[in-house]
Amino acid sequence: MLLVALLLCLPALAVEPSEMLKDPVLEARAREIGRALRCVVCQNQSIDDSTAEVAHDMRRAVRERLAAGDSDAQVMDFMVARYGDYVLLKPPFKTRTLALWFSTPAVLLLSVIGLWFAARRRSAALGPAPLSDAERARLDALPDGKNGVIPSEARDP
Amino acid sequence: MSRLLFLLPLLTLAILAGFFSWSLLSGRDPASIGSVMVGRAAPTLPASLGDGLVKSGKPVLVNFFASWCAPCLAEHPMFERLKSREGATIIGIAWKDKPEATRAWLQRLGDPFARLGFDQDGKIALDWGLSGVPETYLIDAQGIVHLHFRGPITERDLGTILPLLRGGS
Repeated sequence: MLLVALLLCLPALAVEPSEMLKDPVLEARAREIGRALRCVVCQNQSIDDSTAEVAHDMRRAVRERLAAGDSDAQVMDFMVARYGDYVLLKPPFKTRTLALWFSTPAVLLLSVIGLWFAARRRSAALGPAPLSDAERARLDALPDGKNGVIPSEARDP
Repeated sequence: MSRLLFLLPLLTLAILAGFFSWSLLSGRDPASIGSVMVGRAAPTLPASLGDGLVKSGKPVLVNFFASWCAPCLAEHPMFERLKSREGATIIGIAWKDKPEATRAWLQRLGDPFARLGFDQDGKIALDWGLSGVPETYLIDAQGIVHLHFRGPITERDLGTILPLLRGGS
């Protein structure tokens, strides 16, 4: 019982029962569209989340367009024609929005390149220097542990 | 090279300070959502409101307002002035307001509107890309939207409105 109550509470939407369409398929499409449209007076809420008057009118218009037989894209265009790209919660990909779409990956890429160079320089500075020829010759001259001499006992001459 | 790297935080700070002061001084409004109506043919008004006024060879102001809206009260004297001094044609549309409340409000304050319309369900407003009240549009003699103000008209806005209003007549 509690579970049912909790499940019922989950979609905390502003969509009022009186606004909903009788056809569940159309209503589902309206919800899909409503989640993608930005309420024009509340900065970062979808029209489905907002209780603003304008959001209510926009939800109703979405349903009216759908009931009139519009496709989802046509409904989106209807809103963009009135409120501009601002109304889309996911900004469209065009010349004006290139900076918006590419600045974040660019920063990420630059950081990765920077980190890579820094890591390379660090490992070059911290890693052990390769043995010189003289050192290698001395190392080869040392007796093996297998021959009864413990390496730690080998002393410099 | 690594010496210069120590300047990086300072440089970041300088860039941020530059951006913030530009934001403050340029009068940029980050909350502004802009308008796609400007430069377009004005959306159609109901015949009772628009016929004979829009595209009649004279610029028209369209003002969405409501009697319950305080900024509308604040901008009301501007419209009175535009009408009496400039002879501006102003179409008033009451948004989500009871007609009797609108009429009482206009009776009390004065009615600067050539015609008065009612948009109780907000359907006209949606076609005009309205986000709330008050909002005002200036439509030129050819029926093209030239200005779209979101929010009340102020003394300063008259500077942009008047040349268009006088020039277009």
